[in-house]
Amino acid sequence: MELTGAQALIKSLEHQGVEVIFGLPGGAILPVYDPLLESTIRHILVRHEQGAGHMAEGYANVTGRAGVAMVTSGPGATNIVTPLANAMMDSTPLVVVTGQVPTTSIGTDAFQECDITGITMGITKHNWLVKDANDISNTIAEAFYVATHGRPGPVLVDIPKDVSNDLIDYAEPDDVSLPGFKYISEPDPEAVRQACKLILEAKRPVFYVGGGVLKSRASEALKILVEQTGIPVVTTLMARGAFPDDNPLCLGMPGMHGNYTAVTAIQQSDLLIALGSRFDDRVTGKVSEFAKHAKVIHADIDAAEIGKVRVPDVALIGECRRSIEELTRGLTESASQLSKPNENLLPLDIGDWINQINSWKETYPLSYDKSESDTIKPQYVIESISNLQEEGTIVVSGVGQHQMWASQYWKFNNPYSWVNSGGLGTMGFAVPAAIGAKVGRPDKAVWAIDGDGCFQMTAQELITSSAENIPVKIAILNNAYLGMVRQWQQMFYEERYSEVYLSPDLPDYVKWAEAMGCVGFRVDTPEEVIPTIEKANEINDKSVVIDFRTDITEKVFPMVPAGKSNDEIIVGPFGKKS
Amino acid sequence: MSELKNRHHIITALVENKAGVLARIAGLFARRGFNIYSLAVAPTHDPDISRFTIVVDVESAPLHQIVSQLDKLINVVEIKELDPTEALERELLLTTVNADSRSRSEIIQIVSALGGSIVDAGISHITVELAGTPDTIDTLEELLRSFGIVATQRTGRVALPKLRTENSFETGSRNFKVFN
Ligand SMILES: Cc1ncc(C[n+]2csc(CCOP(=O)(O)OP(=O)(O)O)c2C)c(N)n1
Ligand SMILES: [Mg+2]
Repeated sequence: MELTGAQALIKSLEHQGVEVIFGLPGGAILPVYDPLLESTIRHILVRHEQGAGHMAEGYANVTGRAGVAMVTSGPGATNIVTPLANAMMDSTPLVVVTGQVPTTSIGTDAFQECDITGITMGITKHNWLVKDANDISNTIAEAFYVATHGRPGPVLVDIPKDVSNDLIDYAEPDDVSLPGFKYISEPDPEAVRQACKLILEAKRPVFYVGGGVLKSRASEALKILVEQTGIPVVTTLMARGAFPDDNPLCLGMPGMHGNYTAVTAIQQSDLLIALGSRFDDRVTGKVSEFAKHAKVIHADIDAAEIGKVRVPDVALIGECRRSIEELTRGLTESASQLSKPNENLLPLDIGDWINQINSWKETYPLSYDKSESDTIKPQYVIESISNLQEEGTIVVSGVGQHQMWASQYWKFNNPYSWVNSGGLGTMGFAVPAAIGAKVGRPDKAVWAIDGDGCFQMTAQELITSSAENIPVKIAILNNAYLGMVRQWQQMFYEERYSEVYLSPDLPDYVKWAEAMGCVGFRVDTPEEVIPTIEKANEINDKSVVIDFRTDITEKVFPMVPAGKSNDEIIVGPFGKKS
Repeated sequence: MSELKNRHHIITALVENKAGVLARIAGLFARRGFNIYSLAVAPTHDPDISRFTIVVDVESAPLHQIVSQLDKLINVVEIKELDPTEALERELLLTTVNADSRSRSEIIQIVSALGGSIVDAGISHITVELAGTPDTIDTLEELLRSFGIVATQRTGRVALPKLRTENSFETGSRNFKVFN
C-alpha cells in the first residue's frame, strides 16, 4: 500500500491501539496533522505543549497504557522537555512524536531546528531520529515496546518533514527486535529463598512500597503477601493507594513529610523489604543514618537501582509483581519446612513490634490545629473533598505544600487513584495531568488539589478542558504564597521571605475560571467549604475551579529537614513532642 | 600510582553501530558523574556492531552501578567487566621526543629494548611507536621523559577476553562468555 510517511505514522499509531493524542501542530509536523483528519484517533488540542506532555502522563498513570503526545519541531519540542523529564523520573510510559526540519536542512540552523534527540537523550529511555520513511512503522512499534516494557518510561520519535512527505510502500511492523533492550522478569529462585529466610527471622520488618508496585500492577499480590506475613506497610509518595490506607497495617507515607509512625518504623526496623522503591533522598534523609540496623531486601525490575543508594542483603531483580508472588510462594514453602509440629511461622510472630507501632500511631497521629475557627485550614479542605468524594475518585496534585497535605490527608483506598509529580517535582503538573486522567478514565470523577503558584503555571489548559468537554474539578489551596518555599524560608532562613508572595486576589481566580469556560467559586470561610464542594460534585458537564482562601501561615508537618537523619523528625510546629 | 591502577577497571561492550551511540555513552558518564579514564571504539568484524573498551575509575561510583546503567542503554547489546588476569590488553603510543646527536642512540636503544620502533626522525627529534601492554607503555613514557617529550598520543586501552578451550589447563578459572 503506497502511503506518505505521515500516513504511515498515523497508521502505525492506530496499529498500536492509540485512542488519543495530546498535541499542537506547527510547520515541521504539518504533514502528519493532515491524515489525522481521517483517523479514528482522537486528537486533543492543547494550549501549550507542556500541557500535552502532562496530559499524556495523567492518561498513562491511570490507564497503565502509554500516553501519546505530538508536537512540532524547535519550540514545540523544547516545550515538552519538562514532561519528558518528569516521566523519566516517575517511570511513566510516554511516546512523544516531534516534527523535525527536513533531513536536508538538519545541521544548518534552519528555522525551528533544534536537536531534540540530543537534548532529550538523558531524559528519555531512548529516542529515535527517523531518516527513512520506510523505518516509521518499525520505529513506532519499538517506541511503544520500550516505553511500556521493563521499567516504564518516556521515549521520543523525531520525524523530519521530508520523511513525513516521502511516499513509501507501507508494511505493518515486524516483531520488535531490540537486541540491546533487556530486562529480567523472574526473580532468581535462590535470592527468593534467601529473602524468605530473612523475612521469617525478622522481628521488626517493614514493607517499603514504591511506585513499582503500581507499575507492575501488583496491589492484589501485595495484599496477599501482607495478609500472609502480617508485616506493616509504608507507601511512598509514588505508591499512595497501592495498599489501602484503611488497612490497620498501612502506616502511610514515609520520608521528609511522612508521618511519625511510617518514618520511625523504617528507622527502627531490622528488615526493610523494598518493593519497587528506589531509596529516594526524600525518603531516606541522610543515607548513612537511614534504617541503620536493618537488613535490606530490594525488589526492582531495574538492576541499576540495586545498590545505587543502599546495598541490599538480597536483591530480587525482576517484575515487582512476580517478586511479590514468589515471596508468597517461597514463604509458604519455607515456613512449612522450618516449622516444628503445631507451630505456625506465618503470620510472623511480631506482636511486640505491632504494639510498638500502634502506640506510635496513637501518640503521634497526623494532626493540625483545628482551634482557629475563622481560617480555612488547607488540610481541612482536603479531608472534606476526600470524605465527600464519589467512590473511586482520582485525585491529582501539583507540587508544594498542598501536594504533601493531599498525600497525607486524602484517604487512599484504591490503586491508580493518585497522580502526582514525585521525582521531578514539577509545578503546574496538576491541571493538565487531571485532564489527561479524565480522558483515560471518563467514568471517574477527577479532582485536582492545586497550589495558587502551580495553577498559574498551566491553568490555560482548562480552556482545553472546556473546548474538548473534559470536566475536571480544581481545588486551589490559595495561600497567596509559594508556600513550600515560604516554609523553608521561615524555618531555615530566619523568616527572611524572598520572592515568595503571590497575592490572594491577583489574579481573580473566579473570573479567570469563567473566562476559560469553567464554573468558578470562591470560599472564604470554613463554613462554606463543604457546601461548595458539594455544589462542585454536582456539576458534571463543566470543569469547576474553587478558590479556597486558606491559612497563609500553615506549614507541612512532620518534617525531616533536608540532609538530616530521619531520627530528627519534627512532628509539629512546637518541636518533636507536639 | 598503583592505588590509582586498582581503581581502574576495564569494561568491554558490544554496541549497535547507530548514529549517536558515542554521545549516549559519553552523556551517561557525564550526567551520572562517572569518570572515564580512557575509551576506544571501532566497528567489529560485524559492521553493525562496535566494540567499546572503556577504562573507568571506580572512585566516582561502584563498578556495578556503572555497568548496569550502561547496560540500560538500548544500543548496548552486551557489556561486562574484563578481569585483567583474563584479558588481553593492548595500547598504542606515538610520542615525539627531543633527540640530539648525543641522546639519539640511547633513545633508540630504550625503544627497541621495549619492542617499539622509530617511525620518524628529524635533526632534533624522534617519533617512536610502541604497541604493547599499558604497563610497557607507561614504562617507555617514563624512560623517555628525561629526554623531553614534545607530544604524545595514546590510543587508550583496547582489550579482549582470553579465549579458553574446554580442556585448557586453566578451565578452573572464571569463564568468560565470548560474545562473537
Ligand atoms: C517548575 C517549578 N519551579 C519551581 C519549583 C520550586 N517550588 C517547589 S514548591 C514551590 C511553591 C509552590 O507554590 P504553590 O503552587 O502556591 O503551592 P504551595 O506550596 O503554596 O501549596 C516552588 C516554587 C518547582 N517545584 N517547580
Ligand atoms: Mg501557594
